[in-house]
Amino acid sequence: MRLLINKIFLSLSVLSALIGLSFLAWILITLFIKGLGSFHFSLFLNDLINGGLRNLLVGQFILAGLASLIGIPLGMAAGIYIQEYGHGRFSSIIRDLSDIMMSAPSIVIGAFVYAVVVIPTGGTSGFAGAIALAIMMIPVVINTTDNMLSLVPRELREAGIALGASKYKVIIDIIIKAAKVGIMTGVLLAFARIIGETAPLLFTSETSNYFTLDLTESFPSLTVSIYDLANEPEESSRDLAWAASFILTVMVLAINLVGRFITRTKK
Amino acid sequence: MEKIFQKLSLASASLVFIILIGIFITLFSSSKLAIDEYGFDFITNPDWNKEVPIDIPAISNKSAKVSSSKGEIIDEDDDEATFPKDDVMFDEDDESATKTVFGGLVPIVGTLLTTLIALAFSLPIAMGIAVFLAEIAPKNVSNVVGMAIELLAAIPSIIFGMWGLYYFAPIVADLVGGYQVSLLTAGLVLGVMILPFMAAITRDSMNTTPAVLKESAYALGATKFEVIKDIIFPYSKVGIIGSIILALGRALGETMAVAFLIGSIFVLPSAINDPTISIPVAMANNFGESSGLGESALFYLALILFVISFGIISLAKFYFLKKAN
Repeated sequence: MRLLINKIFLSLSVLSALIGLSFLAWILITLFIKGLGSFHFSLFLNDLINGGLRNLLVGQFILAGLASLIGIPLGMAAGIYIQEYGHGRFSSIIRDLSDIMMSAPSIVIGAFVYAVVVIPTGGTSGFAGAIALAIMMIPVVINTTDNMLSLVPRELREAGIALGASKYKVIIDIIIKAAKVGIMTGVLLAFARIIGETAPLLFTSETSNYFTLDLTESFPSLTVSIYDLANEPEESSRDLAWAASFILTVMVLAINLVGRFITRTKK
Repeated sequence: MEKIFQKLSLASASLVFIILIGIFITLFSSSKLAIDEYGFDFITNPDWNKEVPIDIPAISNKSAKVSSSKGEIIDEDDDEATFPKDDVMFDEDDESATKTVFGGLVPIVGTLLTTLIALAFSLPIAMGIAVFLAEIAPKNVSNVVGMAIELLAAIPSIIFGMWGLYYFAPIVADLVGGYQVSLLTAGLVLGVMILPFMAAITRDSMNTTPAVLKESAYALGATKFEVIKDIIFPYSKVGIIGSIILALGRALGETMAVAFLIGSIFVLPSAINDPTISIPVAMANNFGESSGLGESALFYLALILFVISFGIISLAKFYFLKKAN
């Protein structure tokens, strides 16, 4: 009897794993079939107004890139403060708040940026979108930096200080270098996370059918356009949405795999 | 230089604090209009963007007198329900005044129900996966499956929404009946989405069980099931509850996966396969087109969502997960 219960339980557990894997397979196969079916290299050459995705891909990368330019230095600096300078109370409060911010609903962050950037500046813009994504990114970068710096052995810090280096020199030249790979991986994963975000961009950057590099107006976003296209009645729009989803997913998964590969080889 | 570096890093750390407080204050002040208008009744009012007649005694009495003295027939019917509008409207010919009311009950209920369905669906499967990864699978299988599950977590939510709408929902609707866009299909797709997240943290909690405890139980002749039930589960219980609550917090705020599937209508669902709307979806669909009281009501919803998820995440992080470590 005990052995039977054991068998049943273990089979159920294996079954759960199979269910989980089959969902992954189902989604990926769907994406491949629908996405590759509508995929064409001319998608990279034309803008959305001409049935392509060029402006959207460039736009999404600029939004995520700009968000990284804002979010990575701020997040790293905050992580360094928590781990290296902060003492006790304040540090742990910031750490906790950053954890909470990491799980805050992304649409609420969109609403916040809408209220503090979009309304005062008179309209949706690439800048507003990048700021929303940066706010999503900061807590993730803080978390990684914090964790990775905590793995750096004390002796390295002490050795640096014993040589007469000032604290910031020790941090920049020794500690960050020692934790470089871990931080890079975390930043990469954070980038992969924000490049697939839609909700914070809906009413901050919105999207545009045209190619533009002007960050002060509505800015082309791949994810927001996927949402618009997928809800259009025409078959051709939905096919384009599938092709765009396929490209987006391949990008996101590739970045994730690279990140994991880096961590693995390091170990 | 040292000073500058330290100040800069302190400033960046404080930024987290400032942003969170900023979100709070901004949501509050932007929803002020709706809060002043409706107060807490907002939460229990099921009408959204609906014209209701109001009576402002002074005005209607006066005009009623005027019209009756002229001997005209007063048409009390209020046939301007189709007028779009924000505030109070008076129609001179018609005597009746209407205003548009915004109540939050439908999206609040929709949010809670989709989250519950998602949780009910994904909890057993996530536990099964976590047990499989932590205790059953050989290390290399566990690594590969674990990575696949984490990749599932990395897929953007909009992809879950599209896949859910065009491939998953039709099957569910065939099996259960009812609409393809409904509470049920939205909840299930949301469940698939939080599945990997919940499985991964639950596995991590289970992995904290000391090997000595497990080995002693095995040495006493316990089966794997008994070890999991009597040793690992009690040991990692607090951490597991924490991870479930964290997944719940994530499900509450999810926008895109739900937006494709919930149907987006402001109607209270009477069955599990009825369409309705959730807070994030109400925001996603209506923000751009709203102004005045309507926009303020959306901010009010955002504030409610933020407060709920703030509370849930704090509970998970500071009570359960802290206790677990």
